[in-house]
Amino acid sequence: MTNTTMLPPEPSLPTSASAKKQRRDEFIGGAKATLPLIVGAIPFGIIFGTLAEPSGLSVAGALAMSIIVFAGASQFIVLGLLAAGAALPIIIATTFVVNLRHILYAANLVPNVRHLPQRWRILMAFGLTDETFAAVSNRYLQQDDIRDAHWFYLGSFCAMYGNWVLCTAIGVALGELFPDMTQWGLDFAMSVTFIGMVVPYLKNKPMWACVIVAAAMAIATAALPHKLGLLIAALSGIAVGLSFHMLLARQSRKHARPNGEQA
Amino acid sequence: MNEALLISGMFIVTFGVRYVLFAVAGRVHFPAWLSTGLGFVPPAVLTAIIVPAVLIPQGQLWISPTNPWLLASLVAIITAFVRKDLLTTIVVGMLAFSLFRFGLGL
Repeated sequence: MTNTTMLPPEPSLPTSASAKKQRRDEFIGGAKATLPLIVGAIPFGIIFGTLAEPSGLSVAGALAMSIIVFAGASQFIVLGLLAAGAALPIIIATTFVVNLRHILYAANLVPNVRHLPQRWRILMAFGLTDETFAAVSNRYLQQDDIRDAHWFYLGSFCAMYGNWVLCTAIGVALGELFPDMTQWGLDFAMSVTFIGMVVPYLKNKPMWACVIVAAAMAIATAALPHKLGLLIAALSGIAVGLSFHMLLARQSRKHARPNGEQA
Repeated sequence: MNEALLISGMFIVTFGVRYVLFAVAGRVHFPAWLSTGLGFVPPAVLTAIIVPAVLIPQGQLWISPTNPWLLASLVAIITAFVRKDLLTTIVVGMLAFSLFRFGLGL
């Protein structure tokens, strides 16, 4: 990793100077494109920081988690699991399931990273979040020239990362200053955020089935130890949703076949 | 809880999921059912977290019009359907919760 993006272009090398300017423009463009999404992530990071200690995570642990893991939704969920006294293997397994969605993002981005060296891919994989995916997808859709697009990605990643770590620190500090903040109902902020994330998915019957089954199973399994119910409920919802989807797909293929259009 | 172990474990599974396809870049083909199935993961996981938090906020199943978590969630759900904007949903939901919990003292 060379850190030449932010340096002024060198006058002695006109071609590489313009290349550097282009990279810097991409980097700044990426950061700018991510700004509106960062606004939404700010309360998230602060609330994570505030809830960390009451949930049983140390100040150092909260900061280290934001710096090393860098995955907002799963960090929140882990706080809930820690507070409930879940076992380590359950926490890791839940983190895995919650973050599985990133593999879809990665699958989408593969054509745009194939030409890059592994060290770039490692860095980009580390910074792959919902927000950066949204920002760079737009960039890839709008411009075909991807030669320096990884600098755009890096700009988006750095903006998200800096904000996330900073907001965690602010939250931790606020939690120290106002220990009764946990009584303010901030834990509900997590539920309400997740509601806002689930509703846009509810566009078809399989998705409704998935969510209804996950909800019912979450209540049915709530008494299980170690918060194991979360995994069971989620996997049941996924299984039902996927089966429903495949059933519908099979039916529509059957209907389509007589027209001779689809084989 | 050993925090170093916790954070290392979370890092390994999170980074692993994010990196595996980048590492092999294009040499793997994703079967259609798998990518469809993955599409169900976020709503299923999030629902499995929300529902107990809202219906069992204090250790016991509480389905009642005096449960402020439940009432505020219904407000948030309606808001999310009307305005497809995450920030609006969060703000309206939190305001509703504050009103029911602290304003009305439910």
